[in-house]
Amino acid sequence: MNIILNNKHLKLPFKSFNVLHTKIFTKLLQNSVCAILPITIIFIWHFLSVNEIVRSNLLPPPSEVVNEILILTNDGELFSHILITLNRVFNGFILGGILASVLGVITGISPTLRNLFDPTIQALKAVPSLAWVPLFILWFGIFENSKVALISVGVFFPIYLNLMMGIRQIDKKIIEVAHINNLNHFQTIRWVLIPGIIPEWITGLRSGLALGWMFVIAAELMGASEGLGYLMIDGQMTGRPALIIGALILFAIVGKLTDQLIYFLSKPFLKWKSSLNNMQEEENNA
Amino acid sequence: MLNIKNVCKIYKNKDYSQNVLKDINLCIEDQEIISLVGQSGCGKSTLLRIIAGLEKASSGYVELNKNIINKPSSNIGMVFQDARLMPWLNVYDNIKLSILNDDKETQRYKINETLKKVGLEDIGNLWPKQLSGGMAQRVAIARALVQQPQVLLLDEPFSALDSFTKSNLQDHVRHLWSSLKITIVMVTHDINEATAISDRVLILNKVLDNKITKNHIVKINKPRSTFPKNEYNELINNIIFNKNSNQFNALI
Repeated sequence: MNIILNNKHLKLPFKSFNVLHTKIFTKLLQNSVCAILPITIIFIWHFLSVNEIVRSNLLPPPSEVVNEILILTNDGELFSHILITLNRVFNGFILGGILASVLGVITGISPTLRNLFDPTIQALKAVPSLAWVPLFILWFGIFENSKVALISVGVFFPIYLNLMMGIRQIDKKIIEVAHINNLNHFQTIRWVLIPGIIPEWITGLRSGLALGWMFVIAAELMGASEGLGYLMIDGQMTGRPALIIGALILFAIVGKLTDQLIYFLSKPFLKWKSSLNNMQEEENNA
Repeated sequence: MLNIKNVCKIYKNKDYSQNVLKDINLCIEDQEIISLVGQSGCGKSTLLRIIAGLEKASSGYVELNKNIINKPSSNIGMVFQDARLMPWLNVYDNIKLSILNDDKETQRYKINETLKKVGLEDIGNLWPKQLSGGMAQRVAIARALVQQPQVLLLDEPFSALDSFTKSNLQDHVRHLWSSLKITIVMVTHDINEATAISDRVLILNKVLDNKITKNHIVKINKPRSTFPKNEYNELINNIIFNKNSNQFNALI
């Protein structure tokens, strides 16, 4: 802000360049705030384990965790574990997501179909996730299929609920505008319904994905020979806490990255929601 | 010509029915500008929605140039109390909604022309969130006008605006009316607004005991500038609140 004002005063020809510079700098500064907490935690963690305040066979120092991850990376093993877990989450996410989207749309639009499906779905929602495991193993075997099925169950509910509620909460007044402007069914769906429910749908997708990550752990802890969850079990069996913590951190990172991916992909569709903030920002920068 | 013939509207529930409109007969000439005034609940908005084709009359009908209206058409544009812009479409696309079936070039031409007419230029890329109340209402008017309707219906279009913006837009609507040569029917509860804009004021009395007591039509002669507005305001006020019906009878 100050720099910009000074520029105005001095009438430098590079004003726009400097504005851009300050903008990027401010943005970097804002974004780097999020690193403060993890770095602090790592420092405290390092301090605790190096000084043996917590026994290092329970809490190995960060360096040892990094070391463990590096060893796995050099083997090329880590990458394939991550890929397998990612693949499971992805398949479950797609399967559950499609089912949830279809059911969410039809129950949102038609009260009759809502009465038909919703009570049953709500009842199934109350079933704890782990309760599905024995059944799925029986039905789909102990390999990939049962895991994907379990994950898709987790993914299903948030997407379904958000989409159904989103459709039901579309403003009747807005529909009336479509009506008075003589929009046909297809046009109403294209210009009014779909853009209107996209925010709720994306919220559903993001929380669905978060649950997908939760369920993939459940699935892999149950019995798997590869994947990040398997690494954890392996670490537990062979008494390597560094491996457990390493896998845990990797879960956090990969999970966050996939969430960020949805966020960035959805950004163009949500531009209109953040428009007010952008305007204020521009005002501040002007 | 907009012809409203014996229009009744009854809202029915299982064990409850309410007469909102009873036997409304009204003839609105082409290029007339007219206001429907009345207390809230008198059915003025309902009447407007029936004219728009958004609701069906329980009996009777409305016809525009001898064609009975039973669904919305591009001959009739409507502006609501709240602008009702789609928040996910920018100003340009919001206006485009009325003329989706035109080709791109025609759309661009019509939208830019209409934006000029309502006094807004270069804002096609803004999101509704970024507009002030008055601007949003202007966009809504543009959306109604872009299809070049014969009749423009305004349902309390200025009641959510501050008084400066309001009088500004009132002048603008009057100006649009005289330049576009269209029929305007406005619903309002504000008597000042009605007499400021329109040449004729129709007063709907609230339905008492499920009966409409009387419909009054006050003609404001043209040119209006030579007539004291205050007198009309007082007169209409008296009719609505039944204060002094003698004076009304004398003047009509």
